[in-house]
Amino acid sequence: MSKQLAAVVGIGQTKHDTKRDDVSIAGLVREAAVRALEDANMTWTDIDAVVLGKAPDMFEGVMMPELYLAEALGAVGKPMLRVHTAGSVGGSTAVVAAHLVQAGIHERVLTVAFEKQSESNAMWALAPKIPFQPTLVAGAGGYFAPHIREYIRRANAPEHIGREVAVKDRVSALKNPYAHLHMPDISMETVLQSPILWDPIRFLECCPSSDGACAMVMTSERVARGASKPPAWILGTAIRSEPLGMAGRDEVNPRAGRDCAKDVYEQAGITDPRSQIDAVEMYVPFSWYEPMWLENLGFADEGTGWKLTDDGVTALGGSLPVNPSGGVLSSNPIGASGMLRFAEAAMQVRGTAGEHQVDGARVALGHAYGGGSQFFAMWVVSSDAP
Amino acid sequence: MRDVAVVSFAQAPSRRRVPEQNEVEILMPVVAEAVERSGVPREKIGFTCSGSCDYLAGQPFAFVWGLEAIAAWPPIRESHVEMDGAWALYEAWVLLQEGEIDAALVYGFGKSSPGSIRDVMAMQLDPYYYAPMWPDAVSLAALQARALLESTDHTEREMAEVAARSRRDAKANPKAQVTGDFEVDTILAEPYIVSPLRKHDVAPISDGAAAVVLAADDLARSVSARPAWIRGIDHRIEPHGLGARDLTTSVSTAVAAERAGALDDKIDVAELLAPFTHQELILRDALNLKNGSAINPSGGALAANPVMAAGLIRIGEAAARITNGSADRALAHATSGPCLQQNLVCVLEGD
Repeated sequence: MSKQLAAVVGIGQTKHDTKRDDVSIAGLVREAAVRALEDANMTWTDIDAVVLGKAPDMFEGVMMPELYLAEALGAVGKPMLRVHTAGSVGGSTAVVAAHLVQAGIHERVLTVAFEKQSESNAMWALAPKIPFQPTLVAGAGGYFAPHIREYIRRANAPEHIGREVAVKDRVSALKNPYAHLHMPDISMETVLQSPILWDPIRFLECCPSSDGACAMVMTSERVARGASKPPAWILGTAIRSEPLGMAGRDEVNPRAGRDCAKDVYEQAGITDPRSQIDAVEMYVPFSWYEPMWLENLGFADEGTGWKLTDDGVTALGGSLPVNPSGGVLSSNPIGASGMLRFAEAAMQVRGTAGEHQVDGARVALGHAYGGGSQFFAMWVVSSDAP
Repeated sequence: MRDVAVVSFAQAPSRRRVPEQNEVEILMPVVAEAVERSGVPREKIGFTCSGSCDYLAGQPFAFVWGLEAIAAWPPIRESHVEMDGAWALYEAWVLLQEGEIDAALVYGFGKSSPGSIRDVMAMQLDPYYYAPMWPDAVSLAALQARALLESTDHTEREMAEVAARSRRDAKANPKAQVTGDFEVDTILAEPYIVSPLRKHDVAPISDGAAAVVLAADDLARSVSARPAWIRGIDHRIEPHGLGARDLTTSVSTAVAAERAGALDDKIDVAELLAPFTHQELILRDALNLKNGSAINPSGGALAANPVMAAGLIRIGEAAARITNGSADRALAHATSGPCLQQNLVCVLEGD
C-alpha cells in the first residue's frame, strides 16, 4: 500500500483562558471536539478513531487521562491512541492522526489536544527531583533564557526585537476571539516596563498559562472531496528528535529542527520557503523564539532572522505573517499549543481564519517544538491538492 | 496490507525493584540487544516509537530520558505514546504501512517500584467521581473478579489453576520474576488479599523494559530465517465508567480480535496480558480460545509485569515462538486501564 492523501475538514478550539472553571477536563476537550465535528458537518458516529495528545500528565494530576475521556470523546468501541512528546505534542499528535489516514487504516480520524493547566502547577510538574541531577526549579523560561542570550550574542540582535514580537502577537490576538490574552493597550513601552523574569525575558515576552483544547477532523481524499467546506490538504508532515543531554548539540539552532523542516519542505515541494509559504504558525513561547525559529526553519539566513521581525515582514499584513492568531504568546494550553499551530495553519489555507485571515493564503506551515528544544513536529498544508 | 514482521525482541530481566539503575540504564542494554540481534543496520531504522508513563517513576518526561538510550544522533524520526509499548508498536506498524520506511524500533519501559503502584493506578481514574475515593487497582480487579464468579460458571479453583500454570511455565523463562511449582489446593488455602483475590491471583510488581525491531517485506526476509509476520493488529477502548460496561466480558478484546483476523484460524500460542488470574479467564472467553492453544507459555504477567513494557513483551514472546518454529500462528494481547478497559490484539504468523 502506498501513502494516501489526507486533508483537514473540521477544526475546533475552545476559548482559552487562565482558568476554565466552567468546564471539567472532559467538558473542555468536548467543547473543541464538538466544534470540529460541526465544522466538518459530521457527528460522533462518523469518526473511526480518536487520537489524543497532551503534555505531562502531572499538569492536571490525571494519569493517562485518555482512559477517562473515552466517553467524552466518543471513542467507545473505537481505537484510541494517546500521544505525549512534550511541548511538541499537539503537533506530533496531529501527525499520528494524519498517518492513520495516510496509511489507509481509517478514513475519518478525530484528533484532540488539550491542557487544563489551572488544575495543577506546571512549574512544580516541571521540577522533578532526579537522583544525581540538579533540580530544574526555574520553569521553562529559566531553561530557555540562556539560549536566547546566546542567540542575541551570535546574531548581534538589537534588544528591542523581543518586545516587537511581544507586541505584534498580542495585537494579532485581538482579532482572534479564542485567544486567551486580549491586551488592547499593549505597546513597546508597556513590555519594557514589565519586569524581567529570566534575563533577557520580560514578563510580557512570555506565554501565558492557559486552559484550552483544540480538535481537528482528518479524512481521506475521497471524504475530503465531498466535504461541505474547503479542506486543507496535507502536503507533508515531519517529526524529529534529538537527545537532551548530548554534549555539543546546538540548542540555539537545533539540528533536529533544521532536519525536520528540510524533510517537510521536500514532501511539500518547497524549495524556497520564504517565497512559497504564505503564512506561518510557529511555536513561540518566549518572544525571541520568532527570529530564532525563522532561521532554524530556513526563512532567513543564520543571524538575520531578527531583521524580518524588525522590518515588519512577520506582522499580519507583512509578506510572511507569523502567528496571525496571536500564537503561543497569546494562548498557551501547553498540550494543545502545538495542535493550535497546526490547526491555525489549516484555517489560513481554508480561508476560515476570520479577522486574522491572511489574504490569499494558499500554503501554510504549522510548527511545534518541545523538551529542551529537541522535539520538533511540522506540517505544510495547502488549499490545493497536490 | 504491507507485510511487516517482528524480527527481534529483547527484554530486561524483570525484578521487584532495581534501585541501582534508573529507567534509562535498564533500557539501554535492551535496545542495544534488540537492534543488534535484528541484523537491521541502524541507518535502516526509519522510525522509533516508545511507550512509558510518567506516573510510575513520579517524574515528568520519562520518554525524554528514554531517548538518551537510543543514540538519537543525527536526529531521528521518533514519537512516544503515554501507553504500553504495544501501542507504540501499533503506531510504528501504521507508519510502515505507508511504504516509505522499512524498519522501526519500538520499546517500552517502566519502574513500578518507586511508588505504591497499587495506589498510583488510582490516579488513572475519572478525577471527579472515582479518583477522590482512591480505589486501588487490586480492589477494582477484585470487584471484577467477584462479578465474574457470581455471574458465570468460573471458579476460584480455575483462577488458582491459572496462577499455578503460569508460574510453572515461567520456570523456563529466564527473564521471569515469580516462578515455581505451586499446588492449587495450597494456593486456595491462602487468605484473601482483597476477596476473592489471593496473593497468587495478582501479578508481581516489576521494574523492566522491552524492545522490538519491526521490518517490512524483503528486509524482514533478509535478516530473519523465519520472520513473525503481523497478519492483523487492532485495538479498541470501552467506557471508563465501571458501571457503564459488563466487567465479566471483554467486548473490546473480541472486536479487536475479529478486526485483526484472529478468529479466522487456529491459534497455537496466545500471550495474554492478564495481570490478574480472573482476567485471563475473561480474555480466553472473549477470544474463544479452546483447548489446543497454549496460553502464556512465558508465564505471562503473573510471572513478570513491568508496566508499560508488559504488553510489548506479549508481542515479543508470541513472535519469538513463531521465529523459533514452535508455533505457526500466535496471538498477542495487551491491555490498559482499569478492569481491561482498553485492549489490543495482534496476530502473528510464520511463513
